[in-house]
Amino acid sequence: MTYAAKTLSEGRELIAFRIGDQEFCVNIMSVREIRGWAPATPMPHAPPYVLGVINLRGAVLPIIDLSLRLGMKAAEPTVRHVIIVAQVGQKVVGLLVDAVSDILTVTDDNVQPTPDIANEAAKNYARGILAIEGRMICMIELEALFPQIESEAA
Amino acid sequence: MDMNEIKEIFFQECEEQLAELESGLLKMNDGDRDPETVNAVFRAVHSIKGGAGAFGLDDLVSFAHVFETTLDCVRSNKLEPNQDVLKVMLKSADVLADLSNAARDGGSVDEARSRQLIRELEALANGEMPAASEPPVAKAAPAPKASAPAPAAPAPAVPATSEDGFQPIPFSFDDFDGEERPVEPYVPTCEVLFVPKRDLYAKGNEATLLLRDLSRLGEMSIRCDMDKLPLLQDMNPEEAYFSWKISIATDKGEDGVRTVFEFAEWDCDLEVRTIEDEPEAVAGDDEQPMQPVPFDLSILDDASDVPAEDEPAVFEQPVAPAAAVEVASNVVKLAEVPKVEARAALAASPAASQAAANAAASTAAAPTIRVDLDRVDRLINLVGELVINQAMLSQSVIENDNNGVSSINMGLEELQQLTREIQDSVMAIRAQPVKPVFQRMSRIVREIADATGKSVRLITEGENTEVDKTVIDKLAEPLTHMIRNAVDHGLESPEKREAAGKNPEGTVRLTAKHRSGRIVIELADDGGGINREKVRQKAIDNDLIAADANLSDEEIDNLIFHAGFSTADKISDISGRGVGMDVVKRSIQALGGRITISSKPGQGSVFTMSLPLTLAVLDGMVVTVAGQTLVVPLTAIVETLQPEASAIHSFGASQRLISIRNSFCPLVDVGRILNFRGTQANPVEGVALLVESEGGGQRALMVDAIQGQRQVVIKSLEANYTHVPGIAAATILGDGRVALILDVDAVVAASRGQPLKQEMSLAATG
Amino acid sequence: MKKKVLTVDDSRTIRNMLLVTLNNAGFETIQAEDGIEGLEVLEHSNPDVIVTDINMPRLDGFGFIEGVRRNEKYRAIPILVLTTESDAEKKNRARQAGATGWIVKPFDPTKLIDAIERVTA
Repeated sequence: MTYAAKTLSEGRELIAFRIGDQEFCVNIMSVREIRGWAPATPMPHAPPYVLGVINLRGAVLPIIDLSLRLGMKAAEPTVRHVIIVAQVGQKVVGLLVDAVSDILTVTDDNVQPTPDIANEAAKNYARGILAIEGRMICMIELEALFPQIESEAA
Repeated sequence: MDMNEIKEIFFQECEEQLAELESGLLKMNDGDRDPETVNAVFRAVHSIKGGAGAFGLDDLVSFAHVFETTLDCVRSNKLEPNQDVLKVMLKSADVLADLSNAARDGGSVDEARSRQLIRELEALANGEMPAASEPPVAKAAPAPKASAPAPAAPAPAVPATSEDGFQPIPFSFDDFDGEERPVEPYVPTCEVLFVPKRDLYAKGNEATLLLRDLSRLGEMSIRCDMDKLPLLQDMNPEEAYFSWKISIATDKGEDGVRTVFEFAEWDCDLEVRTIEDEPEAVAGDDEQPMQPVPFDLSILDDASDVPAEDEPAVFEQPVAPAAAVEVASNVVKLAEVPKVEARAALAASPAASQAAANAAASTAAAPTIRVDLDRVDRLINLVGELVINQAMLSQSVIENDNNGVSSINMGLEELQQLTREIQDSVMAIRAQPVKPVFQRMSRIVREIADATGKSVRLITEGENTEVDKTVIDKLAEPLTHMIRNAVDHGLESPEKREAAGKNPEGTVRLTAKHRSGRIVIELADDGGGINREKVRQKAIDNDLIAADANLSDEEIDNLIFHAGFSTADKISDISGRGVGMDVVKRSIQALGGRITISSKPGQGSVFTMSLPLTLAVLDGMVVTVAGQTLVVPLTAIVETLQPEASAIHSFGASQRLISIRNSFCPLVDVGRILNFRGTQANPVEGVALLVESEGGGQRALMVDAIQGQRQVVIKSLEANYTHVPGIAAATILGDGRVALILDVDAVVAASRGQPLKQEMSLAATG
Repeated sequence: MKKKVLTVDDSRTIRNMLLVTLNNAGFETIQAEDGIEGLEVLEHSNPDVIVTDINMPRLDGFGFIEGVRRNEKYRAIPILVLTTESDAEKKNRARQAGATGWIVKPFDPTKLIDAIERVTA
């Protein structure tokens, strides 16, 4: 109940991260942890953006190349890359991004609608645009990126 | 804990009791006449009845009651439990199970069947018992005596039936303090003479408490008769000297009064007389009209504080209206005298729970505790982590300490040993005997034998063989199907059997045993065996094999595991059910098991299932394929070999065969099948794993290299990802990385031209 | 002070029902699963009243009651028999063994408490 009140008055917290020269953010509530890149075990017959699976304290976690998933070029993971471990529906996935840049607190007033020029794919997952200190940050809804995961969980 | 939770406990207990019941009946069926077996059977039904009654499950109660009555006849040797009797009882056990399930899940039961069995049970009970015996159904739900409804008189408010289904009883404690009662003229309606005998106290009853109880029925006046009280030196502390005469104004009537003395009626002289509307009666012959003496309950509260050795009679005068002097002077401080008697009555008797204690020592079962399965699973997971961690630690020590002489290595070895032992012990917690599943099968056999008109005897062996609970849970369904199949298709009709010189009663034998770290379950029938001609023809008709295919007997037999295969000319209602042996095979495989059949014409068939003891770990061969590490379940591997170039033969466009001891076996390139590489590897540079797979045929899986063998902890891929064709599960190796466990049968199937389906599970459509 | 009740019953269902009913009514409840355990528990629990089932493995209710009554310390404890048998024969046997009274299953909470109240001070 205190949390709900906080959301309304103080806004919600988001984690912002960088892929290439673009910035994105997701709700901090869905983020479990952030960890460094470790080589993943490739999965047969997986879509290209599934880099494979890693061991996260005993659990087998799929690693998603978020860049590729968002329609940008495939990542070339290095030790400087980070993995955002996030909850999507009932499952936990690792999102490979270049770097985590910020933790933001925003209210609905900060969020602008996704511009019309965005392509169809982007419209599916983009939930709005944040303009903060001259930066443009695209707010992503993970459930929309992995609809199957969501539906399996349902 | 609320009523729903207790109800859930009841149903769990029901299941246990039903298993107990069936196993007992089966023992009796095999000639066991141990009274304890009969008792256990009786107790099971009795216990179900008791619990069911508490939840108002009337159908269950009435059936259990009839069943119990008949069992009681067996228990008291009035009914000989011969095969016919036991047949009815086994069926009754099935109905009882149905009723219990219906009560739990809200389903329905075959009422005609249960009515029929009630009749049969009653007939059995009546056959040997005096005809006068009460019709059992009638007393199925014994009406609580105490709740005899109060007559039309202004009764205290009756509470509505509470939500847990209990009957309300017309009784309110609020009446006791008398405050809310309108002040009415005290007109006694009943007269009671209560003369306790010494046994009353010996059984733990107390006259005072009975009088207190009586006082709750209405206002009353009490006279204590102490005439029999001897002089102190003559007093026998075990004797009862006092008696009471009570007049009471109650709307509960004579029955209500007698109910108060229900527990004591054998141990006292009790006279209860209703006073009709004649005032003379109150006066009686030798008594003055009495005034009510408010019966002060508080004196009872003090009772425990009063030393029993106090003087026996303290007189109390709660009220002293002139007319009541006599009464009052005779009112004893009730709490005390009987205490003296009761306590004194406890004098010497040889202490002797000794016998009982001895019995305890001899029959004490191994103590058990109930643990939430989640806790066990959590422990298993943690131990899995420990195993992985230990392996990782060992590996990094080896990498960092090439001298290999340090005491660290010795410590690590011990750690490894301990870890393994802990793991085994933890796994053992989940291990359960296959007994419950086997027991369920005996019912299946009975049902199908009835339905097909065949006479079948089920023999089970090794039912105490233990295996992981998950395996047991998943075993029931395929086993059920196989049993149906064995009776329906395997066994011949009694006529045919007789014609063939066999016992008209067919035998199905279900066996479990441990063999090299796995559980092996065998289902054997002594039926006609597999009709190979028919199977072969059917396979040809269904395009499963070419008309001129040259198949071994074994290969033909194994055709029955192919999808959609059924030899029955018409789909039988019993084993049909739209499920074929292919489904059985798949569910066994899903458990990491294998199933094979061997059959001898005219003598029957044997299905052999081999299953892992646990689904948490497996012994695997760690191999390299296209730079990736894979684990191949050891149980699938028949042998490994290093192919010679001369043994490799091309066949058709891309197929290659390897010749092993003069037979040709198809080569399967695992790296290709899993899309790890685009071109075929050179077999000579790799290692072939000879595996046995679906259809009984062998395949040679080509991998690049063998790293070694080890036990691995099975990790679900589905938890966070999805099912991957060709991959059974994942595991974590010593270096902390995930390795995939190969699904050998899927890979072999894929090599036969059934490509592994590409599942874009994580793909959005965009 | 809370009255202490020892219940002896092999049925988990009934044990739980007794526990809930008695605890709700403000009793302290100790439980045993059969007659043998009942006698063992009795040794160190000193209950004010005992409620016992009849049909139990190892040592049935009759044997248990006899065991209690044979013990000098516990001869006076009121014992109520919980039984689905409402017939006189069972009651009689229980009585002969030394039972104070009985409660016919299925019991309702009031009836149970009522019976306990009836035999305890």
